[in-house]
Amino acid sequence: MDMSGLSRESETEWRLPASGTMRVPAVIFGDASLLAEMDDKVLEQIRNVACLPGIVDAAYAMPDAHWGYGFPIGGVAAFDPEEGGIVSAGGVGFDVSCGVRNLLTGLRRGDIEGVKKDLADSLFRNIPAGVGSTGKIMLDEREMDAMLEGGARWAVAQGYGVPADLERIEEGGCMAGASPDAVSAHAKKRQRDEMGTLGSGNHYLEVQEVVAVQDEAAAAAFGLRLGEIVIAIHCGSRGLGHQIGTEFLREMAVAAPDHGIVLPDLELACAPIQSELGQRYLGAMRAAINCALANRQILTHLARRVFGHFFPDRSLDLLFDVSHNTCKEEWHDVAGRQRRLFVHRKGATRAFGALHPDLPAAYAAVGQPVFIGGSMGTSSAIMVGASTRPERAFASACHGAGRSLSRHQALKRWHGRQVIDDLARRGIIVKSPSARGVAEEAPGAYKDVDAVVEAAHAAGLARKVARLEPVICIKG
Amino acid sequence: MAFQAGAEHFPHGADVGVRGIGHTKAQAFEQAALALTEIVTEIGSVVPEEAVEIECAAPGDGLLLADWLNRVIYEMAVRHMLFGRFMVTIENGHLRGRAWGEKVDRARHVPAVEPKGATFTALKVEQRPDGAWIAQCVIDV
Repeated sequence: MDMSGLSRESETEWRLPASGTMRVPAVIFGDASLLAEMDDKVLEQIRNVACLPGIVDAAYAMPDAHWGYGFPIGGVAAFDPEEGGIVSAGGVGFDVSCGVRNLLTGLRRGDIEGVKKDLADSLFRNIPAGVGSTGKIMLDEREMDAMLEGGARWAVAQGYGVPADLERIEEGGCMAGASPDAVSAHAKKRQRDEMGTLGSGNHYLEVQEVVAVQDEAAAAAFGLRLGEIVIAIHCGSRGLGHQIGTEFLREMAVAAPDHGIVLPDLELACAPIQSELGQRYLGAMRAAINCALANRQILTHLARRVFGHFFPDRSLDLLFDVSHNTCKEEWHDVAGRQRRLFVHRKGATRAFGALHPDLPAAYAAVGQPVFIGGSMGTSSAIMVGASTRPERAFASACHGAGRSLSRHQALKRWHGRQVIDDLARRGIIVKSPSARGVAEEAPGAYKDVDAVVEAAHAAGLARKVARLEPVICIKG
Repeated sequence: MAFQAGAEHFPHGADVGVRGIGHTKAQAFEQAALALTEIVTEIGSVVPEEAVEIECAAPGDGLLLADWLNRVIYEMAVRHMLFGRFMVTIENGHLRGRAWGEKVDRARHVPAVEPKGATFTALKVEQRPDGAWIAQCVIDV
């Protein structure tokens, strides 16, 4: 990235002052080497976001930011409905409420070594993953609407999980304000047989080992212990969310001139929050959040069944479930005034600090768990929302390592079989229906997740809690 | 003309760009759809045994391309099919298309990744000075 126009506010915060049509400055978090590696498109895109109507404070890019659609992936922006603020389908993205949930097993690495191969095979057989995979749950019209209104609460009521799970999910497992009527027949049809499926691309179910604990108090609150095994599930709202993103992006792009909105980039398609279109999108997007929460809940049920076969005395308690492609209505202190804002996090995680009223009781004293996903051979991280005052980037943090090489470049550099064999030599079992998919997702195609985590920690976005290494990866 | 019709990919940070090159706008759209399939599998592995009709309309060529590719993605998703041959006609912003393909066979097609949607990023439909029509955009996968 060309950093010549940026002013350095600290070791990990860089500011592009508002100029031209920018309504607010743009702020990019990361150390000098992370920024130097970022695509110039990140700067172009975050500058464009700063031009949108009703934006408050600044347009933010997280340390894992990379070239996205309209918003950079790793972009955060908040809009005030009372000041003509917008909601953007592009600012949420196609995979609405894509996110990560972690399950605690209480097992140690040594407990699973003897059954590792069988466990991997069983997970691969029982977790529908990849193109063309379908779930076993077929929803009729009435059940589909109930799922879209109820989210993980609906799933638990159907027997996929236990009520205690709901306390460990953002929004208590059910996003309020969902409107199944705002979801098209096409979107519902696309979801018909996709409940309880992982998807493909960078989505995964990983069995991981806690290899380092950096914050003993937070780790204890989260139930994390050195050497123990956790399960991470990364996926989203599947076909339903993709179709909602597709349809509203188009509708908002076409309607923008009618709303008096000049789009610096068609992909930033948006509508005023208080418009009919804005409200309809919010209703559909919230339904898609519920779809993602229900989907991850069903996958949790499937993972528990597999583990229950090998370890009948383990319950696999839910640590937490966080989404990283959302727009949520939240209250934030902006320059000493509490304001109701619509916070877009596109490839960014909500990261409430301790004592935030929306935290579950178990984490009220420590802060919200934040999950930073890796990719097969790379480590993942668990962080906790920082209590920095004033809060940074509307209490947001990064969500992953972010790609450093395109899929195109990765395919030229690696073969799937070679990646799988290399990881096997390191004791990591990768199971995927597609060798090419594995090559495209090769660990070397991602940035150094440790550098991203260090930068987020240093910038006061979130604090380091634990580092995890993969043991088994089920890749879509 | 010095160019050849064809389908190709171009790089994007996280996803994949598809580009169709054709002697006509319609052929560029057909080639862009072939490039879409090539994200998932090799075109040669798809047997064109079943045809699906697709129609869409849009106020501009760029939106029409996005609509066309999104309809193909939709049909792939709900029918669990891959398409290896396309035929398109375009008149006054109205597209009529036909896609031939077959059900996904995970053993034979070894599908790499699932397209989520056609984006407006790098979206372009234009005729080059050498007469070639280009139809391209980035696909979110």
